Amino acid sequence: MTDHSPLWEVFVRARRGLSHTHVGSLHAPDAELALRNARDLYTRRQEGVSIWVVPAGAITASSPDEKDAFFDPAADKVYRHPTFYEVPDGVAHL
Amino acid sequence: MYGNDFSAPDGATDEAPGGLLGEVEAAEAELRAAAARGRRGGPAPDEDLAAYFAEVVDAEQKIEPRDWMPDAYRRTLIRQIAQHAHSEIIGMQPEGNWISRAPSLKRKAILLAKVQDEAGHGLYLYAAAETLGISRDELVQLLLDGRQKYSSIFNYPTLSWADVGAIGWLVDGAAIVNQVPLCRCSYGPYARAMIRVCKEESFHQRQGYEILHTLAHGTPAQQAMAQDAVDRWWYPSLAMFGPPDGDSTHSAQSMAWKIKRFSNDDLRQRFVDMCVQQAEILGLRIPDADLRWNDERQAYDYTQPDYDELMQVISGDGPCNRERMAHRRAAHADGSWVREAAAAYAAKRAEQREKVAA
Amino acid sequence: MNGPFDFTLALADDALIAAQRLAEWTTRAPEMEEDIALANIALDQLGAARLLLSYAGELEGAGRDEDALAYLRDDREFRNALMVELPNDDFAVTMAKLFFLAAYQLPLYTALAGCADERLAAIGAKARKESAYHLDHGALWVKRLGDGTEESHRRMQAAVDQVWPYTHELFAADPAAPVDPATLRPAFDEVVGPVLTEATLTQPDSAWAPAGGRAGVHTEHLAYLLAEMQVLHRAHPGAKW
Repeated sequence: MTDHSPLWEVFVRARRGLSHTHVGSLHAPDAELALRNARDLYTRRQEGVSIWVVPAGAITASSPDEKDAFFDPAADKVYRHPTFYEVPDGVAHL
Repeated sequence: MYGNDFSAPDGATDEAPGGLLGEVEAAEAELRAAAARGRRGGPAPDEDLAAYFAEVVDAEQKIEPRDWMPDAYRRTLIRQIAQHAHSEIIGMQPEGNWISRAPSLKRKAILLAKVQDEAGHGLYLYAAAETLGISRDELVQLLLDGRQKYSSIFNYPTLSWADVGAIGWLVDGAAIVNQVPLCRCSYGPYARAMIRVCKEESFHQRQGYEILHTLAHGTPAQQAMAQDAVDRWWYPSLAMFGPPDGDSTHSAQSMAWKIKRFSNDDLRQRFVDMCVQQAEILGLRIPDADLRWNDERQAYDYTQPDYDELMQVISGDGPCNRERMAHRRAAHADGSWVREAAAAYAAKRAEQREKVAA
Repeated sequence: MNGPFDFTLALADDALIAAQRLAEWTTRAPEMEEDIALANIALDQLGAARLLLSYAGELEGAGRDEDALAYLRDDREFRNALMVELPNDDFAVTMAKLFFLAAYQLPLYTALAGCADERLAAIGAKARKESAYHLDHGALWVKRLGDGTEESHRRMQAAVDQVWPYTHELFAADPAAPVDPATLRPAFDEVVGPVLTEATLTQPDSAWAPAGGRAGVHTEHLAYLLAEMQVLHRAHPGAKW
């Protein structure tokens, strides 16, 4: 029942001095739960990391070398997001 | 972090999973190198899109979510990634069956963490599938309606504690052999998800191997338990690689698209060759009287699994198909009031914030 | 209760039985994300139980390790409070148990972190951080269920009513213990009251205060839980796993 449970993009700062990096996405009904789920899923609650969650629908994507005319209708859906970027050091094997 | 709470037995599986893990790392390096080479831009206004797509794939560049792709490529990926995600979720059940009875607190913690990892892998994979323009809700519904499959291996029962070991060694082992090449899949989100999954899976295989190693060197009753588990899980594990190449409907196209890199039979052979030496160190017998080294082929000859049985299990008549699905449906149905409550609460809070803002 | 062995064992058994119950949710949670969260909490409780059981075994000095204490005692020898052995029931009951237990364990472990016994202090310092997380998680769901839909409100109130009487046993006075549980009640009330209010729930006013767990007199549920937990270990005496 994720229809009431929108998609959130998760960004993690693994250590001081590093920027937040996109690590993946998840579903949650609100920001507080999204943050909680992100901590459980992407960091297994490692301490000292900083996590941002952003509603996927709030992200506007540039696609300079993509031809929008050729997107199928699903391209408008928020779930068409880049996911699974590199996991920051220190989070990978958790 | 919990998954590392054990050590591999002396000199045992270090080589094999290490080797596979090395391949995972190589795939990751390859992914970075491909990114560093820079991708070619989008298609020119009058360029043939299919040719453009083929060129990107042939150049070992990754296809990303908003790229143009053939519909059949998209459908194949959705089917495969969803099936993989469903397998992780359903696959929690046979092992979860032993959490409450794990014979030591350390084993209980490791098993609980392992089953938890599988839920995590399921979520990574659903998210990868979602990049193709289908929602997790839709995918979960397809599973619950029986319109998408999961790996048939999870329709076998876990009858003893040793089965937890056999699943780790054989089932996770076969899964890793299957999945390592997927780390180099042409579709970027799937490749990245698989790199992450494979890194965690290698610990799973080790814990299974360690369980069997301990049992095989334990009391006569424990040894018998271990052998019985290997006897029951060997052929279903071989069947995990799918039908023989001649009968496989999706293989050729998937290889051309670089979704798949090796044929079913090649992967099955690779798995058998790995297991023989590992079984020797365990002191357990692989239940195949015709298993022997073939010097000419530089590989082991082995008895094929019963593919009629595989088809029967896939079609729904395995020992536990009904139970697995009933369990999943019940969990989904029993949780609906909780999900509705969370959604209602979120909506109320959002409304309050709007009022405050106004 | 008397002596550090009994005290440590009581804490260990609370954590162990809570872990066993939480782990029963695996593959059954209302959402896949929650499956992971409940497993995390179960793992925390199990981790604390192992540290406490090992230490209890050392205090006893009779050569019992964590597994001997977990697997080879009968229900009458278990010292956990009754609340943790109650069946999971629905998600609301589980969250009520989680929330109340964490609201007790957080001040308990916090006080323990400052106690004179170095080993207990170290365990307290580690477990305190985990309890804060559990409390957060429990409170988050108590609020969502209490102030969610009509059905969830009804279920959450019923769960609070059902579990509340069992909270009193947690605070039975034991002045000789490293931390006297009676001193923890104000901290518990301070946390629980506002969350229930925010969740639009009524704090029960029940005089019934079932107890006996600390003396080894349990509900009917514990023996079943132990029968399942211990069956394999006991079937192979002396075996290594």
